[in-house]
Amino acid sequence: MNDPSKRRPRVGLFATCLMNVFRPNIGFSAVKLLEDAGCTVEVPAQQTCCGQPGYNSGDFDAAQALARQVIAAFEGFDYVVGPSGSCMATIRYDYPEMFADDPDWRTRAQSLAGKSFELLSFLHDELGVDRVGARLKTKATYHDSCSGLRSLGIKGQPRALLATVEGLKLKEMQDTEVCCGFGGTFCVKYPEISEKMVDDKIRNLLATGADTLLGGDLGCLMNIAGRLKRINAPVKVFHTAEVLAGMADGPGIGDAPQETR
Amino acid sequence: MEMRSAEFKTRSVFAIHDGGLQKAMGMLRDGFVAKRTVQAAELPEFEQLREEAKNLKNHILDNLDHYLERYEAAVTAAGGQVHWARDAAEAREIILGICHRVGAKIVTKGKSMVSEEIGLNEALIEKGMEVVETDLGEYIIQLADEPPSHIIAPAVHKTKDQVSDLFEEAHGGPRKTTVPDLVNEARQVLREKYFKADVGITGGNYLVAETGSSVIVTNEGNGDLTQTLARVHIVTSGIERVVPRLEDVTLFLRLLARSATGQETETYTTFSTGPRRPDDLDGPQEYHVVLVDNGRSKMLAGRFRDMLRCIRCGACMNHCPVYGSIGGHAYGWVYPGPMGSVLTPLIKGLDNAYDLPNACTLNGRCGSVCPVKIPLPDLLRELRHLQHKQKITPSLQRHALSVWRFAATRPGLYHFGERIAARILAFAGRKKGRLRKAPLASAWTDSRDLPAPSGRTFLEQWQSQRGKS
Ligand code: SF4
Repeated sequence: MNDPSKRRPRVGLFATCLMNVFRPNIGFSAVKLLEDAGCTVEVPAQQTCCGQPGYNSGDFDAAQALARQVIAAFEGFDYVVGPSGSCMATIRYDYPEMFADDPDWRTRAQSLAGKSFELLSFLHDELGVDRVGARLKTKATYHDSCSGLRSLGIKGQPRALLATVEGLKLKEMQDTEVCCGFGGTFCVKYPEISEKMVDDKIRNLLATGADTLLGGDLGCLMNIAGRLKRINAPVKVFHTAEVLAGMADGPGIGDAPQETR
Repeated sequence: MEMRSAEFKTRSVFAIHDGGLQKAMGMLRDGFVAKRTVQAAELPEFEQLREEAKNLKNHILDNLDHYLERYEAAVTAAGGQVHWARDAAEAREIILGICHRVGAKIVTKGKSMVSEEIGLNEALIEKGMEVVETDLGEYIIQLADEPPSHIIAPAVHKTKDQVSDLFEEAHGGPRKTTVPDLVNEARQVLREKYFKADVGITGGNYLVAETGSSVIVTNEGNGDLTQTLARVHIVTSGIERVVPRLEDVTLFLRLLARSATGQETETYTTFSTGPRRPDDLDGPQEYHVVLVDNGRSKMLAGRFRDMLRCIRCGACMNHCPVYGSIGGHAYGWVYPGPMGSVLTPLIKGLDNAYDLPNACTLNGRCGSVCPVKIPLPDLLRELRHLQHKQKITPSLQRHALSVWRFAATRPGLYHFGERIAARILAFAGRKKGRLRKAPLASAWTDSRDLPAPSGRTFLEQWQSQRGKS
């Protein structure tokens, strides 16, 4: 464990917008995994969005306003952890950049960035968690979401942990590192291109014969699940954290309440 | 070339439904991308070379005036002449001037993106000259009267059958159907032109300050014939392509072929230094270099300076899933894909190419393969920032952003809104767990279902279980 003191690390959970509204189960899975690993978890009520929609739309002012809010809400914690490579990459990489011309906030942004982590990389790389107690009988494939993969280097951690889930077999798909076409507002600004990209992803996914798709970013998962459901493909979609926490026994993303395993 | 980036949306939709194009693009993905992966893995120092190339390019850009002066002096000493063009119009004037002075009737051309950028062919043809593209891909699109769709594989959007049709029509048949036959036929037609050409125009991959040499890299050897057989050789190049020393070229050569086509090296790498010397067996009587600025010095001064490191390898477009979906023509000008989405707005104006920086998921794959480590996604985001500041961004989007900002900076209000949304969507999707239609979300639901929430937000549930913190 990185924290030299003996007390349990105090983790502020970053509850991403999409998770908060569409899939609270991912949040509770994250809490379970963190508590199992010996952390104290708190969820500050003063948080909203990381600001990425503003930043990526070119509204740097709005992004800064949100970044200040996140920094103020979380800087008192030992760690900030969120179940999304995309939001956490914004905090870790973009916040310090956003305040390039503002030394005070830059210092605060850098200090927050240094202790902000995506959930699985935090568990695996920082806390040294190398196995989980979950079971799930399934043949799964894993989609590497772009920000997590390229900004945070998330690739081996989810796979290493998934390998310890009893009954789960992972079959890699072709082009697993290629974007699924979500891209935040991209998918509604350029829906036809986005559809083409998600169809390419789904072709590769179906070719594996997997019955479950896993990933670490709810945006991508909603995009792929939404398209899978539209074309009536019988593949269940879960966030990796749900499986690792043993909380993937309910309906998958986009499935009806009765469509449990 | 006519600028059509404003039609990006319609043209991209059209491209997605073009079966021939989609087939061709699939081959590009499986060919160049797969081969590059192998090549990069087989060269242990590949990542280190990328870092070195980036640093060397930065050093060159920091001292660009110095190296350009040295280069000009070296070209002059070798008996050649350097011409400076501030923009596309000046570049065309200079080249037309040379062609006019030497009474050129036939002009052969090696592959040159700068000549596309300055719209050279149209200008030469308008003055009555016959222009012959000698790179096979360029020759094909010249016959088809189309712009290139890729910077190193200009006819990548064409299938073999389409090329057979074009050749049959242009050369009068009989129709050839195999690749070797097609290549041979083109060769025979082109061979004649090389010997008759008055002026040969090529690009310049590297301009060596130390020796005054220009370097071209091809797989067909067409560039060599273009530049040695014509009476006059004109090199067109951007001012950023200068390198200090001859040995610096090797660094870039090692990266270029691997990044571009996934070859270890291209078939022909040719150095030209000045015109024919008295005891040379062949070579042109005159040697000119037209150095084009066209917006580059402005980029040098600003935050898009990194873009000037570009060595035009095409790896970013090969790896771009948007480019792979829509091909190069949708981008509407000569430079497609990620590098084009940065360059086109900078050269042709932010408001003339609104979509280009926006039609990107910022997935970062381009930046991760770029041999000179250009942070393409950051530059695209920076362009969005400029568009936002200059109010080029559609007002509906700006309005939505300010509403979002207003709510998101008020946690109580934001969470209230999220709770309402979660309830409404959960109710609407209570049977199926998903929605086929949702108000204001047709751009999503036209092609995807919207997974429905379960009812109460995470924060709401957390706070009722564990209290507020
Ligand atoms: S931006 Fe990089 S990857 Fe793209 S063409 Fe230029 S050098 Fe190649």
